[in-house]
Amino acid sequence: MLLTYLMLLPLLGALVILLVVKGDSEHSAGEARIIALFTTVATFLTSLLAWLGFDNKSADFQFVEKHDWFSGLNISYHLGIDGISLFMLLLTTFLMPICILCSWESIKTRVRAFMVSFLLLEMMVIGVFISLDVVMFYTFFEGMLIPMYLIIGIWGGNRRIYAAYKFFLYTFAGSVLFLIAILYLYNVFGTTSIPELIKQSRALSPHVQHLLWLAMFASFAVKVPMWPFHTWLPDAHVQAPTAGSVILAGILLKMGAYGFLRFSLPMLPEASHYFAPFIFTLSVIAVIYTSLVALMQQDMKKLIAYSSVAHMGFVTIGIFAFNMQGIEGAIVQMISHGLVSGALFLCVGVVYDRLHTREIDRYGGVVNVMPKYAAFFMFFTMASVGLPSTSGFVGEFLVLVGIYKVSSLVAFLATTGIVLGAAYMLWLYRRVVFGPVKNTEVAGMHEMNGRELAFFIPIVLMVVWIGLYPKPYLAAMEPSVAQLIKQVSMNTSETGVKKK
Amino acid sequence: MNTIMNHVGDIRISHFSVLSPELYLCGWSLFLLVYGAYRVRRHSDNFMIFSGILMLAITAWLITGSYGPRIIIMNGMFIADRFSSMVKCMLMASGALVLMLSSNWLKEEDGRPFEFVILLLLSTLGMLFMVSANDLLAMYMAMEMSSLALYVLASFTRDHAKSSEAGLKYFVLGALASGMMLFGMSLVYGFSGTTSFDGLEKLFALHGAVPKGTIVGMILVIVGLCFKVSAVPFHMWTPDVYEGAPTPVTAFFATAPKVAALALFTRVMLQPFGDLVGQWAQILVFVSVATMTVGALAAIMQTNIKRLLAYSSIGHVGFMLMGIASGNSAGVQAVLIYLTLYIFMSAGAFGCVLLMRRDGHYVEQIKDLAGLGKTQPIMAMTIALFMFSMAGIPPLGGFFGKMYVIIAAISAGLTWLAVIGVIMSVISGYYYIKVVKVMYFDEPARPLDRHVPCLLRTGIAISAFVTLLFFLYPSPLILEAKAAAEALLQ
Repeated sequence: MLLTYLMLLPLLGALVILLVVKGDSEHSAGEARIIALFTTVATFLTSLLAWLGFDNKSADFQFVEKHDWFSGLNISYHLGIDGISLFMLLLTTFLMPICILCSWESIKTRVRAFMVSFLLLEMMVIGVFISLDVVMFYTFFEGMLIPMYLIIGIWGGNRRIYAAYKFFLYTFAGSVLFLIAILYLYNVFGTTSIPELIKQSRALSPHVQHLLWLAMFASFAVKVPMWPFHTWLPDAHVQAPTAGSVILAGILLKMGAYGFLRFSLPMLPEASHYFAPFIFTLSVIAVIYTSLVALMQQDMKKLIAYSSVAHMGFVTIGIFAFNMQGIEGAIVQMISHGLVSGALFLCVGVVYDRLHTREIDRYGGVVNVMPKYAAFFMFFTMASVGLPSTSGFVGEFLVLVGIYKVSSLVAFLATTGIVLGAAYMLWLYRRVVFGPVKNTEVAGMHEMNGRELAFFIPIVLMVVWIGLYPKPYLAAMEPSVAQLIKQVSMNTSETGVKKK
Repeated sequence: MNTIMNHVGDIRISHFSVLSPELYLCGWSLFLLVYGAYRVRRHSDNFMIFSGILMLAITAWLITGSYGPRIIIMNGMFIADRFSSMVKCMLMASGALVLMLSSNWLKEEDGRPFEFVILLLLSTLGMLFMVSANDLLAMYMAMEMSSLALYVLASFTRDHAKSSEAGLKYFVLGALASGMMLFGMSLVYGFSGTTSFDGLEKLFALHGAVPKGTIVGMILVIVGLCFKVSAVPFHMWTPDVYEGAPTPVTAFFATAPKVAALALFTRVMLQPFGDLVGQWAQILVFVSVATMTVGALAAIMQTNIKRLLAYSSIGHVGFMLMGIASGNSAGVQAVLIYLTLYIFMSAGAFGCVLLMRRDGHYVEQIKDLAGLGKTQPIMAMTIALFMFSMAGIPPLGGFFGKMYVIIAAISAGLTWLAVIGVIMSVISGYYYIKVVKVMYFDEPARPLDRHVPCLLRTGIAISAFVTLLFFLYPSPLILEAKAAAEALLQ
């Protein structure tokens, strides 16, 4: 029942805020904030129980719950986690309290509604990562659009309406094709259970597999997002409130990559191999092209948004390397990107709350007035660049090792992305933090307060922990990843990866 | 031919027990008519409204009481099976919901004429016969019976030009469609020698090759039905009538007649013409694609919320036609599930339109909703719920209706049709979220009136409740729809 509780906790919090807290006064806003923080922290602690009780040796789904849902259709309420979803789940529950904290003061209007949307969003995201039934997965995957649409549209920036529409329609268009694919699978195999489908669907003919793979790709590629389906992301990121950006970058992007790991690879192995070069091409373009685009950005959030596309390019490269290092690296990179880019958006949020602009040129010399902030920003810049001893290094290194075994060319091209990444991040840092104080308003900015320190410190600890000692993470995901590799290479042993 | 022969010239007392829901509804409506006519002030009052709702509830109870195996009575004119029972219950639900929604409107302006309730009930009665029709003639008569009442309802506020226009337009086009359908029926009869559904079914099952005249007749019957369900290219009347008719009437148009006509459509296609599926499937596929496309594209530019909902209902019908075009039991099941959820979404949405009043006047522009999220959060949340549900976002009810239709289409090998369907639902997603955008992201307009009449609120609350929480316990509806589909196809 642990997983059900995990999902119900945020829902409960949302209902309490909705039904108990009344009015829109400053007092009720405070209550809503405290309830939301309390709920998300409680959810995080509960999710830690899942990690404590997790059996590192087993590749099977754990904490499984199964109940009949749609009678006569073999669609069930089916939950469970394995080594892959465990960390996505933990990442979600870890980032949520931080999001609540960072919107403590920056969200001033309709605080109750904001907190309710956020808690509902958390519930949906948790649901995505723990569902073992495709219809359930889809329900959460898609249902998440409602709160996110509202978060961007109500509390976003100037062009929020355009961004909200674009986000909604882009993702909606992608996911309906995924719906067709899963209903097709249901029609053939008469089940919507993910473990069952993984066992059976490899039997499909290559032609059907390719079509289904493309339908799923449409959905996940938009979510990841892969070049050229990424154009919604800069808009959504820039316009969303800080907490919205953190969730988008930290968690929602991971759902696409998770979809590849959970559906495309094990269910359609033959097609995954067939399309791997295609994925590599798109990912390499993403890594190089979006890095170059990031170099030219005037807007801090947009720069980080483009860097997200580049980093997610690494993730997809790692996933489609189909080997241990590649996939483990991709998962670590996902966790690391969730933490680091989330933290970078928080860094932007901190100065934005003070100066109300995201334009890089308006800043400069921030280190003179906010030395602590400069230190944290420096740390996350380095983590984003992939400095050894940070989590970013572990992820990128493993991915590159993995892909080098498959194709040295892809590895070479991806590495140039790292160099470019260093360029745009360090340049951003130099322009914002160093130099003389050009803008008098910057001189008036005050140092970070305790609340802001409170949400940076846990992220720093996590980044360093994964950077220095990733073993607990790798150990827990290893059996699941090993099984995934077995599933993806089963009937392609002659033609598959061993070309090189 | 056994079932038919047993009943020829054979009307027994026991048949009246099968007919009890219809007889009951008919009797009460006539009583209410007399009651209304003999009063001094001829306006609707609480007694009328509540007895109407109660009557529909009792009729629903009688229908569930007569659940059972397939019975054909009245010389093969009338059929009662699980399919008809389920659809009749849906009709009762939509009638009762519409009465709840219209209660306040009926009592306004010193009470509107009491005939509203009577016409609504008589039209529903016609629909009950439509659902149970087992003969082309019975089908025609029942359709006319319900339509005549609907024509009058459309022009109910007769001193408004738009309402009169709506009634006239509906009547002229409806009469044309009826004429075409009747001509089609006569062709079918002329070339096959029978009007009975069972007779036609047996005939087509026996003879593989069918005369061209029958096919032409069948197509004309389809045309008439397409008009009734407002499928493209016979949809032109829908936006005008929806806009012109008073909102409670529009709410009724969007629910009960659609349910009855789609159920009849399903029965006609799958029972008498079931073996001609090769001939009509392509027509329905085309109509379905065209309907979904028009429903999705034409709604984008609408500024009037009733016109928007009119196009939205066209889009939904397109989706349901996809279920019929599948031509299998999964398709029938999907249509029934979709219809049930559609009733609640649609009634709820129109209920919210009825709440859009400013200074005591009804307003209908989408921009009148601006900033509703700030001024009336609960109403805004409810409208958003219906909009997201119609757009097909899980976990709201509308999504599951769509999901079942897609499953049915894929199982019939119409995967590409399903793909078109979902693409159209993405396009229509645009205008649904536009309404949400106006409510939540725009600056508040002058606030709407806060007066929310009790019965109207109840109606909306029931609809919202079903739409929102369907996913928690879907099994009863799913199983019932399955049983009904199997009963139809046995």
